[in-house]
This record gives sequence, C-alpha cells and structure tokens, in this order.
Amino acid sequence: MLRFILKRLGLALLVALTVSFISFSLLFLSGDPAIAIAGESANAEDVAAIRALYGFDRPMMVQYGDWLWHALQFDFGVSYYFRLPVADLIAERLSVTMTLGVCGIVFALLIAVPLGVIAAIRPNSLIDRIALFLSVAGQAMPSFWFGLILIVIFAIQLRILPASGADTWQHFIMPTIVLGYYAMPAIMRLTRAGMLEVLSADYIRTARAKGASEGRVLFKHALRNAIIPVVSLAAVQMGFMLGGSIVVESVFALHGAGYLAWESIGRNDLPTVQALILVFALFYIVFTFLADVLNAWLDPRMRSA
Amino acid sequence: MKRRVLTGSVAALALFSAGMAHADKSNDTLRVAFTKELESVDSYFNSAREGVVLQRAIWDGLIYADPQTGEYSGNLATDWTWIDDTTLELKLREGVTFHDGSPFTADDVVYTVDFVANEANGAVTQRNVNWMDHAKKVDEHTVRIITKEPFPAALEYLSGPVSIYPSDYYAEAGPTGMGLKPIGTGPYKVVSVEPGKRFVLERNENYFDGPKGQAQIGNVDIRTIPDVNTQIAELFSGQLDLIWQVPSDQAERLEQMGQFTVANESTMRVGYLAMDAAGRSDPNNPFTKLEVRQAVNHAINREELVGELLKGKSIPVHTACFPSQFGCAQDVKEYEYDPEKARELLAQAGYPDGFATEFYAYRDRELAEAITSYLNAVGIRTDFKMLQYSALRDLNMKGETPLSFQTWGSFSVNDASAMVSQYFKHGELDDARDDAVLAELDIADSSTDPEVRKEHYRTALQRIADQAYWAPMFSYNTNYVSTAEVSYTPTADEVLRFHTMTWN
Repeated sequence: MLRFILKRLGLALLVALTVSFISFSLLFLSGDPAIAIAGESANAEDVAAIRALYGFDRPMMVQYGDWLWHALQFDFGVSYYFRLPVADLIAERLSVTMTLGVCGIVFALLIAVPLGVIAAIRPNSLIDRIALFLSVAGQAMPSFWFGLILIVIFAIQLRILPASGADTWQHFIMPTIVLGYYAMPAIMRLTRAGMLEVLSADYIRTARAKGASEGRVLFKHALRNAIIPVVSLAAVQMGFMLGGSIVVESVFALHGAGYLAWESIGRNDLPTVQALILVFALFYIVFTFLADVLNAWLDPRMRSA
Repeated sequence: MKRRVLTGSVAALALFSAGMAHADKSNDTLRVAFTKELESVDSYFNSAREGVVLQRAIWDGLIYADPQTGEYSGNLATDWTWIDDTTLELKLREGVTFHDGSPFTADDVVYTVDFVANEANGAVTQRNVNWMDHAKKVDEHTVRIITKEPFPAALEYLSGPVSIYPSDYYAEAGPTGMGLKPIGTGPYKVVSVEPGKRFVLERNENYFDGPKGQAQIGNVDIRTIPDVNTQIAELFSGQLDLIWQVPSDQAERLEQMGQFTVANESTMRVGYLAMDAAGRSDPNNPFTKLEVRQAVNHAINREELVGELLKGKSIPVHTACFPSQFGCAQDVKEYEYDPEKARELLAQAGYPDGFATEFYAYRDRELAEAITSYLNAVGIRTDFKMLQYSALRDLNMKGETPLSFQTWGSFSVNDASAMVSQYFKHGELDDARDDAVLAELDIADSSTDPEVRKEHYRTALQRIADQAYWAPMFSYNTNYVSTAEVSYTPTADEVLRFHTMTWN
C-alpha cells in the first residue's frame, strides 16, 4: 500500500509540474503582460519600462525557472492586477469555491446515487424515465440560464433567497443546486449502469439464495461494488467543480477562485493564473488520489494494483 | 448569439414576474453595482471607469470643472496663475482636513505630484501625470506645479484625474495601503474595501464648502456583480438601488415597465476604424491608397449603427476626437454613406473586385460584425479576428494590423489633445505618420493661446479627415437605471457622482 501511495504521489508531482509548465508557455504566447498592466493609456515607453521592471524581457525558460523557484518556497508573487500577494488573494477566494464545490458534490451525490439505484431496481419504470429526463435536461441546459431561472423564481418572485453575494449560507443554496445539477447526470447514469450490471451478477443471486434481506443485498453487496466507478467519477467532478465553477460564480457574483482564474487570464495576470492552475491541478491530483485510496478500501483487489 | 437570446428571455421573464422594488432609503444606504473588479482604489493605480467614480467621491482635485459647462472653479485651490509657460502657481484653500483629521497643506500637493510624476513609482495612468515635472512649496498654502513642457491642458487634468493625497499617510501606506484603506478630502469617506468585491462609503460630515457640494446620501454600498442579468435581478428584488452601463435593449425593456428611472447619457468614447496608411503591416497594403481609405469611410452607415445598435445619445462622429472636446473642430470633410461611391473609389485604386484583408477588434462583437457586413458589401472581404485587448494592442504597437475597430474614451478629459494627439504624433500606435499633422499638433498641444490651439487642431483634424486616415464612426452612450427613490442626473462624462445624488 505504501509503495502504491508513493508511486501515485511521484506521478502526481510530475503531472503538476507539466501542467504548470504548459500553462506558463501558453500564457507567454497569448499576449504581452506588460501591455495589460500598462493599461489603455500607456505609450510604448511605458510598456517598455514595465517590461523591464517585471523582467518580461528575459527568456521564457529563465522566467519559468524563476517562478518555479519561488513557488517551491510558497512565494507566488504579487498579482499584476490587484498588486496584492497572490497567496492572500487566492486564500480569500478559495474558501468560497471550496464551500461551493463541497456543497455541490454532496448535493449531486445525495440526489444522483439514490435515483440511480432506484432506476436500476425498476428499469424502464416511471421513476427511471424521470431520472433519464432529469439527466438529459441537466446536460442540455446552460448553467447561466438555469441560474437565472432560479434567481427569477427564488429571488424575484418568492424573495426567499438572495440573488448574489456570499455573505450567508442562504447565498450558497442556489449556486449549489446549479453546480450540483451538472454533476448529477453522469453520476446517476453510472450508478444505474453499475447497479444493473452488478444485480445480474452471480454473487447477487447467491446472496439472495442464502436468504439475505433485499436491503442487505442492495447496499452491502450490490452498491458497494457498483459505486467504485462512481467514486472515481465524483473525484473528477469535484476537481472540475473547484476549477470550473466560473459561470456559476459569475452569475451569483460569488467572487471565487474559478472566476478569479477566468478574469486573470483576460488580464494577463501571470502570477495569479499560474498559482491558480497549480492549485487546481493539485486538487485534481489529491481527489483522484483519495478516490484511489477509497476504492482500494471498497475493493481489496485494487490494493495490489 | 444563443446566449443573447436566452438572457434576453430571462430578462423578459423577470420583467413579467417582478413586483415593486423598494430602495434602502430607510437606512440611508444607496446600493450600487460595479460590473468590473476594480484593481485598486488608488486612482493612480487603476485605469478603470469604476476607479474614476471612486476617485471623485473620495478625493478632490485642485481645480473643479463643471460637468455641464466645463467651466473651471477653485476646489482644493482657490486661485491660480501661469507665472510662465511651464509654471502654474496655485493658492490653496485653508481649513481643509483629510478624512484622518490631518490638515491639507502645500506639502500634500508637493508629495502627491512628485510621487506620481516620477515614472519609477509606476503610476499606471502615466498620461494623466507625466506632463508634470515636479511641484514646489512656496508657503504653507501656496504651491507651484512645474510642467515638463508648456501644457495648456493642465487645468483639465488638475480638475480631472489628478487628485491630492495626504503626504504623511501616502508616504507610509504607499499605493497598496492607499488602495486598501483610502484617505482623501472628498465628500465620502471609505468605511471598508474588499479588493475587487465591495466598497463601502459614508458621508464626510466635515467636508469643506467646495464646488462639489455636500453629499446628501449617508452611505454608499458598492458590490461587484459581473453579470448584468444578476444586477437587474437584484434591482427587482430590492437589493440594489442603482445600476449603470446597462445594455440598450435591456434598458429599453426596463423603461417600458415604468417603475424604474432610466437615464441615457452620452460618453466621450469614440468608435473608429484605424487603417494602416503608413504601410507598417505591408508597404503595399491597400490602405496606403487614399481612395481605399475614403472608400472605407463611405462604406460605413454611421446613422444606422447609431440608430439600430448603439441607440440612446450616441451620435455619428466624423473627427478623430469627441465633439465636446476643446479644439475638436467639426468643420472637417464628412463621408456620407454611399456604397456605390465606395466601390467606384476601390476601382480607381486598382481594386475593381475589392480585396481581402485582416480585420481586428477587441470589444463589441456585434458592432464589429455590423462593420464587417458594410465592408463586405462594397467588396472588402474581411478576415475577422476578435482578440483580447492586450493581444490586439500588442499587434497595434508592432504595426501589424492593416484594419482594426478601435475605441478611445479620452479618460473623460475634455480636450482634443487627449485623443488626436495620442494617436497622430508618430507614436507606436500611429498608423498615419503624417509629418504635416504632427507639426500642427505640436503647436496646438503646447501653445498657451486658446485661439492658436483651436486653429491648429482644426488644421490637423481637417487633414486627417481629408486623408481619411481613420474612419471615425460614432460615440458611445451609457444607461443608468435606478429605483424611483433615487434622484440623479447623469453627466456626459460617464462618471457616477454620488455626492449629487439624493433620495426622492
């Protein structure tokens, strides 16, 4: 198990490094940060001065090495845009995104897994149809649109929920629903498919034959096996939610890390983008790692892999 | 496009379902939305409209320009005289205090001017400050500002972007500290700043009796809400009292409902096509030919752009400056919409079947697409490329854009030098590189005689129009939407002035 973990961690580190290098090169190609910093009023001399001040005139590899060296010491520099330490900026924005991501995935799992199980027990029933409809609708509806519909209903008509901001827990209800809704279809389909496959397996027939209760058969024997791919998927979805809640954060004015990343790209705010990409990459890595460990616990056969 | 249709229908749905919104008049707090995350409240370290709005609330300039008439009167200074072409002596108002209680004196002016005018300190809006060389204290309430060269537009800048900071505090806190906890003399004090997200102001009870007048509304709570639809929803749900920069189609629907006050005002921003007349992108590019540039000017239906897309108080523009700016002469050659003539001119230039060109834009995709259709109609086949602002600017500076859709807002400086001189003095953004224009602008920019300035701006602008270096098209406008409880008359410079707002 220890070797398994170490191997995974080593691999994860390489992934993080590759991601940060690729993103650095892409940003480098996408436009001159000196011009973005200098703003609309700047003339050529201003831009040249800023270029020299920030060291943009150095070769790319030197700049990347410089960034990496400081990043290894947890020094992510100062945001070109806000002129505040990137670490502070991200720490402040990340809490909103983390809250939203955790709520979103919990919401998605709470709805999608039971629905998937019921749909599998009664395939082609009304509830299966409803589940199918929900998942198709979930994938088809743009999230900003869904968010605005919720705002119209709950903030304008009923006036029971605030439309924007992140001041209280009520502010997170609508964003959680919108964000979670998009993770639901995949989780539900996978649960249903997994359950259908497992329920027709020989050991389930054996379990039933030895007289185990239906609940025990479903949850102890079937779900435990069917849920394994769902755990991996949920981990990926969680990573996606933390990095990809841009639209939701924008519609509900949450000012989280996803929106910060999106805006920082437009502003050519290299230090902020680089640090955020690293953070998001680490999230993916940590969640897939946790999913592997969790799966290894659920299925002892995987521990040796 | 899909997004537009969908958002349009959400707004419509919101309109049908909305009840009556109520302002937060009861606790004297005006709630306003910003769309953009402001980088820093320190006005020398942001280049955003939102920054100008906060600057006018928190700080004061030495001089005040009436937003309606443009007339100058004393603000932090009470009197001023030009001692010579480059020395402006100002008498300062006595008895003014900063929000932290420290008195306002000549030292504050000297420190602020010396700090921001020093390029090494990195003020981002260099153009607003780099005309000043330094300041000199004469006595406690008299100060001299020395300009690098004769700079007749000085009063315009001193009443606009240049505001005075408290010397001791600024020396200690620096731009970062000033951005997080701003201190000024202005009609509003800052209660709290959450960078980019939220700004809370309260009325300065000790504000001096200046031309801005005392603020009427006690508190201002500004939140950044990036999505305009969410802003409108918050207006409906009674969580916001005032929004601005509302797109014209949304503003029209809001106005039809009757429960909100919708005001439209012009801005100084001008949209124009820049053409590579100097042949920087390619010495043989079609835009080096006068007939081609004139054809582009004739191909654009300015009235239609204004009437159908921009609406409101936008106007067709024919000059390389905004008509209200000092020196922006309007007696220049105007190119009426005439696609037939455009085709003839192209034929004369040797392009009877038109030609293909790259066409760049960085904002307002709809307008850019309308422009491409006008150009395509006369035979100029556009390879349209929408870029991020900084990426396009990069190409502009390297002279790699044969044709691009640009806009310029002049930082609300009501002087033609803020626009025409920015682009036609052989800088890296100058695609004309016309020595005759440069000579005229040099005189106009540095003469202290207003009549001489006017005359030379006119000659320069006439030559620019005759040579069709640009195709100026239109001015922008903005919509202000507020609940019925808020009374505010917007000005043509796109600056929200909280101190002139009142409750109804």
